[in-house]
Amino acid sequence: MIDLAVVNASRLQFALTALYHFLFVPLTLGLSMILVIMEAVYVMTGRDIWKRMTRFWGLLFGINFAMGVATGITMEFQFGTNWAYYSHYVGDILGAPLALEGLVAFFLEATFVGLFFFGWERLSRVGHLVVTALVALGSSLSALWVLIANAWMQHPVGAQFNPRTMRMELLSFSEVLLNPVAQAKFVHTAAAGYVVGSVFVLAVSAWYLLRGRNVDIARRSMAVAASFGLACALSVVVLGDESGYLASDNQKMKVAAIEAEWRTEEPPASFTVFGFPDVQARTTHAALRVPWLLGLIATRSIDTPVSGIVDLVARARVRIESGIEAHAALRALRANPADAAAQARFAAHQADLGYGLLLLRYVNDPSAATSRQIDEAAWSTVPNVPVLFWSFRVMVGLGLFFILLFAAAFYLSARHRFEQNRWFLRIAFFSLPLPWIAAELGWIVAEYGRQPWSIDGVLPTFLGVSVTPVTNVWLSLAGFVVFYSALAVVDVYLLVRMIRRGPDGLGYWPPERAASGVP
Amino acid sequence: MPDYATLRLIWWLILGALLIGFAIMDGFDLGIGATFRFVGRTDEERRALLESIEPVWDGNQVWFIFAGGAVFAAWPLLYAASLSGLYLVTFALLFALILRPVGFMFRNKIAAARWRDAWDWALLIGGAVPALLFGVAFGNLFLGLPFHFDELQRPVFTGGFFGLLRPFALLAGVVSLSMLIMHGSVYAALKVGEPMSVRAAAVGRVAALVYAICFIAAGIWVASAIAGHQIASQANMFGPSNPMAKDVAVYQGAWLVNYRVHRILWLVPASALLAAVVTWSLLGARRPGVAFLSSSVTLAGTILTAGIALFPFLMPSSTQPDQGLTVWDASSSARTLFLMLVAVGVFLPVVLAYTAWVFRVLRGRITLEEIRRHAGRY
Repeated sequence: MIDLAVVNASRLQFALTALYHFLFVPLTLGLSMILVIMEAVYVMTGRDIWKRMTRFWGLLFGINFAMGVATGITMEFQFGTNWAYYSHYVGDILGAPLALEGLVAFFLEATFVGLFFFGWERLSRVGHLVVTALVALGSSLSALWVLIANAWMQHPVGAQFNPRTMRMELLSFSEVLLNPVAQAKFVHTAAAGYVVGSVFVLAVSAWYLLRGRNVDIARRSMAVAASFGLACALSVVVLGDESGYLASDNQKMKVAAIEAEWRTEEPPASFTVFGFPDVQARTTHAALRVPWLLGLIATRSIDTPVSGIVDLVARARVRIESGIEAHAALRALRANPADAAAQARFAAHQADLGYGLLLLRYVNDPSAATSRQIDEAAWSTVPNVPVLFWSFRVMVGLGLFFILLFAAAFYLSARHRFEQNRWFLRIAFFSLPLPWIAAELGWIVAEYGRQPWSIDGVLPTFLGVSVTPVTNVWLSLAGFVVFYSALAVVDVYLLVRMIRRGPDGLGYWPPERAASGVP
Repeated sequence: MPDYATLRLIWWLILGALLIGFAIMDGFDLGIGATFRFVGRTDEERRALLESIEPVWDGNQVWFIFAGGAVFAAWPLLYAASLSGLYLVTFALLFALILRPVGFMFRNKIAAARWRDAWDWALLIGGAVPALLFGVAFGNLFLGLPFHFDELQRPVFTGGFFGLLRPFALLAGVVSLSMLIMHGSVYAALKVGEPMSVRAAAVGRVAALVYAICFIAAGIWVASAIAGHQIASQANMFGPSNPMAKDVAVYQGAWLVNYRVHRILWLVPASALLAAVVTWSLLGARRPGVAFLSSSVTLAGTILTAGIALFPFLMPSSTQPDQGLTVWDASSSARTLFLMLVAVGVFLPVVLAYTAWVFRVLRGRITLEEIRRHAGRY
């Protein structure tokens, strides 16, 4: 039987370490792009202020980058430590994009980031700009590969179960690469990262303008952040990855949970703007609905229905019953690989094998499952509706807010009116934490919304866990909480210190400051 | 597409090449990390030593990260069984490695002596602990790890954390630690001005001697007191990856079978040892440039020596020897192996080319005068 204590502790550890890692990733994505823009202006105009801007924001980028690298090391190995069965079960497919991330993206990013800091005096202007651009390219490519892997977990295409090795095996890498979910996810996530970078630059610059410090640099930085941020904020919302959600039953379940759509409506479905989802009663109280909107957003049509939770659970029940057949046939095949009847039975039901595995939470042999256990397993395919419903709404609300924020900044920047609008500067400054909240909620929607699956329809999360004593997992988890908290304190302390000192206080290492050894 | 057995063999070679690449590249910054606190006595001296690796350690570390990803892609069972089995060791290793990015980036940002000293210790742990643990892990492979597979084919590890700190494994840890300290010292002698380069050369010579003694001792130990594993049944090199379909014999001297069958392979450990002696003497003659080459030969030779002894085993099992993981029964599918082979063939030369370019841009010695001119570029 599966030790659920290990499952829960491992899930908590993965969620905490992944969410923590993603505090730094989007800022790396966004700031690296902004550095490229600023340095490109420097190379084109030759005006020194743009170089000072690149170096100042580059300093903050470096502090954040180190945290991203440090916390990313964990992610590369945590699949193996805590999710050993998952790693065996899907390593044939998922290992490739993760290895390619290292080969194509990490090498590029990590090899050139050193030259970004150490190459100012050793490279020509254009040479250094190319280095900066390669760092930015590397970080965006790494997002691409990791999202190809993640998209496969959401929508596993191009692979098939092999009874002889007891795992999923690759059939078509091009299908994995060109997974429609991957494309939607990449555009959405990369643009979200660029928004994080833009809000960061906007908020810090607003703080300088409020203080009347570094006005020249802050104004120009705001202009860059406003225009880049506006384009990206529009992309995030317009190219939200919900469009990819209708590719499979489980993605449909995620949409239904996000929308608290309990029963299938006549198309086009209405969109629930607000309400209180009630899991027990399977209804949403005090719902405020906009007719047609959900059908339009989710299906891009007026006649395709958006499936409701109750109907999807009924469909899951049918697939679980088919999955029981697949599992029984697999057992027969393990005993005798040449069993022709079992081969035929497995071929007919193998698409539902993952649904059969859902029952391993309740019984050792799915064939022995009672009707009640099958019901329970069918309902276990519903993710946590209230959490998804609210996370999604807050995320989208913030996304819309960023469009307004950048639009206002863009307008003020075009009219050179930042300093007169202190109310705007205050709003911009206090917006600093918001894009992180939106980004983290986005992952909660994507990953928590995929539960109970780690690979949608293929492998339940609880089954993927390592066989390891729960004390080990608590130990590592406690280690992470202590260690990561301490790092967070140091990171924020350093960032605040560098921002307070500001571009004017840094002086870019003239000889007289060198004695103290502080940049 | 090459046949399945050839692909598996090629991937065993690529795994070896990645480990060697990691040892040569990241090895010198781990080695400098482990010793810079003693080689550099003042803050300026330490900054000079750190600046010799600050621009390049991150790219070097990707050899390790990529090797991890490549094991996931090419040997998923090895990835799953080793990392989950060596659970606490892996996290000790990760925590130590996590100290490095932040240590390098944060240390010079504040001048207070206590701040810098704290980060110097963090960087020391981040250099020494991984260098030691890699060897401990390799040593445990020779002894076999207590794991088997259950009916779902899930790896089950039945040992604990302290069970891994066996004397032979610790000796292997000293081999890898001294080897990487030697390598790092050679790099420091090459890259940093006086007086650090002189001290580094002295440290490197001691490390080369310690390495040579421990390497010979480990070899004698393997030959005389450790039971090795050999596949006793006909190995199905083309079959599906199922580690439960073979018989394994465990007996004294089995780890030397490959050397007995192909006597020419004795050149590998011999060259590792000889290169260490050459490194020792070149450091004495102030020729760190050539010493870097001979030190790299030691690194490659040591890793290959272990790999050849263990072949075809990747991770032998001490409790269920028949279920130990081998090159033939722990790989991914032929399609994935081929795909990743093409990717490595296309992209790794590109990586090597731009890495070489970056090192060329950064050429030159870092002297104390240079360090006094600026306050730190990170």
